[in-house]
Amino acid sequence: MSAQSSSIDLKKSLLDTLLAGLLALVIFGPIVGVVLDGYSFNFHADRVVWSVAVVMAGRFLVSAFLQTSHGKKFSSRFDLTGSGVTVLPPGYKSNMRWILLLVVLVAAVLPFVANKYILTVVILGLIYVLLGLGLNIVVGLAGLLDLGYVAFYAIGAYGLALGYEHLGLGFWSAIPLAALLAAFAGAILGFPVLRMHGDYLAIVTLGFGEIIRLVLNNWSSLTGGPNGMAVPSPTFLGLEFGRKAKDGGIPFHEFFGIAYNPNLKYIFIYTVLFIVVMTVLYLKHRLTRMPLGRAWEALREDEIACRAMGLNHVLVKLSAFMIGASTAGIAGVFFASYQGFVNPTSFTFFESALILAIVVLGGMGSTVGVVIAAFVLTVVPELLRNFADYRVLLFGVLMVVMMIWKPRGLIRINRIGIAVPEGVAK
Amino acid sequence: MKVPILELRNVDVFYGPIQALRDVSLEIHEGETVSLIGANGAGKSTLLMSIFGQPRAGGGEILYRGEDISKKSSHYIASNGIAQSPEGRRVFPDMTVEENLLMGTIPIGMTHAEEDLQRMFELFPRLKERRNQRAMTMSGGEQQMLAIARALMSRPKILLLDEPSLGLAPIVVKHIFQTLRELAKGGMTIFLVEQNANHALKLSDRAYVMVNGQIRMSGTGRELLEDPQVREAYLGGH
Repeated sequence: MSAQSSSIDLKKSLLDTLLAGLLALVIFGPIVGVVLDGYSFNFHADRVVWSVAVVMAGRFLVSAFLQTSHGKKFSSRFDLTGSGVTVLPPGYKSNMRWILLLVVLVAAVLPFVANKYILTVVILGLIYVLLGLGLNIVVGLAGLLDLGYVAFYAIGAYGLALGYEHLGLGFWSAIPLAALLAAFAGAILGFPVLRMHGDYLAIVTLGFGEIIRLVLNNWSSLTGGPNGMAVPSPTFLGLEFGRKAKDGGIPFHEFFGIAYNPNLKYIFIYTVLFIVVMTVLYLKHRLTRMPLGRAWEALREDEIACRAMGLNHVLVKLSAFMIGASTAGIAGVFFASYQGFVNPTSFTFFESALILAIVVLGGMGSTVGVVIAAFVLTVVPELLRNFADYRVLLFGVLMVVMMIWKPRGLIRINRIGIAVPEGVAK
Repeated sequence: MKVPILELRNVDVFYGPIQALRDVSLEIHEGETVSLIGANGAGKSTLLMSIFGQPRAGGGEILYRGEDISKKSSHYIASNGIAQSPEGRRVFPDMTVEENLLMGTIPIGMTHAEEDLQRMFELFPRLKERRNQRAMTMSGGEQQMLAIARALMSRPKILLLDEPSLGLAPIVVKHIFQTLRELAKGGMTIFLVEQNANHALKLSDRAYVMVNGQIRMSGTGRELLEDPQVREAYLGGH
């Protein structure tokens, strides 16, 4: 049986090849074969033959490959049937830690080899990783569709800008404060929407996001309105990263006796951001294994069952909102310091949609998927600047393709099952 | 006289302007199996959910061991010994059987998880075979067993069951009622809401009949089973 299934069905492949050849003939015949020459047409049969031959050969190879055991494995990864979560045995050890080690190594080397441009692109990517991870808790794990997530991002960014202007806060003190502030805002949003689901929740959160943006835009006396606000450069133990310190302080490069490097500020932001992202990744990893993480997933799967079992859904929903929001608040602080300036145009609905796209494309609830999707959706448009105009089009096509081929996102969630205490009969 | 483990006194429940339950009074004593039968829309499930405060009783009292719980939060009620297997099973589709069962320990914590899991697997050997399977992929009967087992994981003093026979083949229903009988023999207090009057009345010590949000009749299971009115209305008249 196995020998038969592993051998290639030549007839089927030939049939596929013929069909593809016919299609190619129809398409390439008039387009490639008929060449306009002055006022007359010339028919180039050789070009058509070549095009069709290439297509047929390619189709034959693909067809043959898909019938080999490797090919079957490959196509089974696009299988639509087994949607949902794959549950791995409790003792499962993934090879993730080796990949993680590699990532950390690459990240450590990066500042020494990259120029300023690449650094800023990577910083942007990391900021979106942070945002994606935060929204992933709200949407991916707890199943609460939040379309106004960018509001918390704005609160973080403006928290630093306003805090600097009115209270003299710096980068470091702003990080925890922005997280708290955003979490508080998350609770304020969370309370009225406790009884809402799906579409209604989406509308309310959408409204919340717009309210925050409009307030920032119109409260000119406090926020500077559309003109935005200046944000201080970050400092390291009071050392500044400029060539000359502003208020009689010592610049970083003089203190350590190294040559001035204009990238220092970005290297610093990059380093801190990378550490923060790693910490958030770790915390999220732990959270999904804690009862709270389980409760989020249970809430996503069936709210009525949760209530019937006595899960405190107020606490569970609020905690998801607050933890998600505080992550965005931290991301906002980094974004503001990285830009050196904030204004409301950075916090439009498009940003919310982008972050949501990261979560959906990455795979709801999947951490690795979100990290990859965040980089793909932020770094690729940067690198392909020439195609920036087509970015939204690219999103659209990507979304449609993903929903057809991988409706559960790039990386399917692999959940390691709960380890049952020792002694239970196997 | 002993205080009933659960007692409803003149409970009214409203959905907006519509009154779903009217002056409902019933009591369940420790160790008893009591069932509530009635047609679709009679208010059976509403009554069960209102014990959990969803919806809240608009009037009257719900006493659990003498304490009024009609104003308490759902999770308070659940963590104090009342468990329910909700209508339509409502297992968590993407979690495995084991994880579903462990979700049931939320009200009391994981301290007894190990031995309770063992107990559930003895009660429902089928679940043991399927322990690492996702709940979504199981048959309706298996999901119902899982829902009951999940409710039992919180070590309840009283188990509320909402239509365990819903949408199941007669043979599976029989099997599930067999298990419930074993549970009752083991001392569990069971309050069963059912449309399948025949099975429910045979299992129960006492039963109530609900019509249009009111309790119409009550008596022992056998009495009601032989009552001509009940036979006419719920047992197809034969």
